[in-house]
Amino acid sequence: MLKPEIKNYVTPKHIRDYPTGPSFEAGHLVSINAGWRTFKPVVDINVCTGCYQCYLLCPDGAISKTDNKKIEFDYSFCKGCGVCAHECSFNAISMVKEELTK
Amino acid sequence: MKTQMSKQKVFISGDEAVALGVRLARPHVISAYPITPQTIVVERLSEMVEDGSLKARYIHVESEHSAMSAAMGASAVGARAFTATSSQGLLYMAEGMHYASGGRMPIVMMNANRSLALPWSIFGDHRDSLSMLDSGWIQVYVEDAQEALDMTIQAFRIAEDAAVLTPFMINLDGFILTHTYEIVDIPDQSKVDSFLPVFKTPNKMSLEKPKSMGFSTSPADNMEFKYQQHKAMLDAKDIIHSVDKEFGKTFGRSYGGMIDSYNCEDADYVLVTAGSVTGTARIAVDNLRSRGIKAGLVKLRYLRPFPDEEVRAAAGDVKAIGVLDKDISFGYEGTIFTNVNSALAHLSIRPVSINFIAGLGGRDISIKDIEGIYHDLEEAVTVGKDKSFAKVRYVNMGVEIDG
Repeated sequence: MLKPEIKNYVTPKHIRDYPTGPSFEAGHLVSINAGWRTFKPVVDINVCTGCYQCYLLCPDGAISKTDNKKIEFDYSFCKGCGVCAHECSFNAISMVKEELTK
Repeated sequence: MKTQMSKQKVFISGDEAVALGVRLARPHVISAYPITPQTIVVERLSEMVEDGSLKARYIHVESEHSAMSAAMGASAVGARAFTATSSQGLLYMAEGMHYASGGRMPIVMMNANRSLALPWSIFGDHRDSLSMLDSGWIQVYVEDAQEALDMTIQAFRIAEDAAVLTPFMINLDGFILTHTYEIVDIPDQSKVDSFLPVFKTPNKMSLEKPKSMGFSTSPADNMEFKYQQHKAMLDAKDIIHSVDKEFGKTFGRSYGGMIDSYNCEDADYVLVTAGSVTGTARIAVDNLRSRGIKAGLVKLRYLRPFPDEEVRAAAGDVKAIGVLDKDISFGYEGTIFTNVNSALAHLSIRPVSINFIAGLGGRDISIKDIEGIYHDLEEAVTVGKDKSFAKVRYVNMGVEIDG
């Protein structure tokens, strides 16, 4: 599965270190981004049929296929929008309240 | 064109000169919406695409906002894009204009200078383009149809330079330039091809090297991108000069770069102009010189980047400077006057400067009006700097005004 890796962010020191205009290579991720999630999706892989409806509809590309033809979530990027749980035809995904952890 | 006179010289309007210049520059995409007095530019271009003499994609759009958006889309895949507009249409592009300059998309646009509503008017002044002075576009103002054609070619070369990558607006006075006919020399396509290389940009969407284009920034980085944009515009001055020189060597015509000064060397009184009125002012200067008055003229070719050093060098040590504005920034003065004064503020001894608001909504500016401006400058110097005199004057008002 092709997943973006977190790259090390180098803080610019000179104006030349910035790209020319606000454009840069696609998929350049320098931090995880999921901090505002209040509910997270959890899949019951016994119910999941591997139809990949959720995979296609996830607005953040945070769902990937697994070797056993099921799905898994990338909680580093999932924002907890719940689209996957709403669209799952088999009710295999439930939204579970995040616990406050420090 | 049907009215061809010789192999290279044709009798055409300013709008047609722009269209021919665009064809010579071989853009990939033209997206435009017609508006008086720009219409003939886009009519001619659509005919050229139709008859196959211009191999470009002509996108029919439903508005100027879409015209600018489509031009940005084209530029984002590395295409050379052209659009044209005027007045209300330019303002309808306003949001996209900031977007294009911030995205460093070197789109070239022709603007037919026309007044802004209300009152509704199709006739010319500079209030449309001057209200977009802060949009991050390079702005040039041309004096005649030949300069319009030549600057159309130069515009792509300057805008697309790796050090610049900034969109470029070519301004022609509505009707005075767009609809009057002149003999124009048409450059050879082969010469234009070698003068204007194929457009290459680091900011390009492609399947081979996918890019995230036009991203947002937090306050931690936004200012740096804005500074970068400003720096590119300042750096454009050197490119403007070198491109103008190279154009002169290749085609036999150059325009002086940022400004064009006339009889300024020993001048006591200098008038600062932009656009087609410069031609009228040249005649006024000749008339005054024949009467022994040391009149000079500075034609501001570019208003962004602003030729501050050039203005100081050409007219910093004269007795009085007049600035002719086809514009009022309501509640203050003409915008060109504000810009010229800020350039003069760097001098320890400053000449008297007076703003002459003229030609709003297409009102004629005659040779006599301009001679009158020089007499006003003379009088202001005679009266003396310490005495109060009206800093902002209105040329050829049809009625009396108080104050």
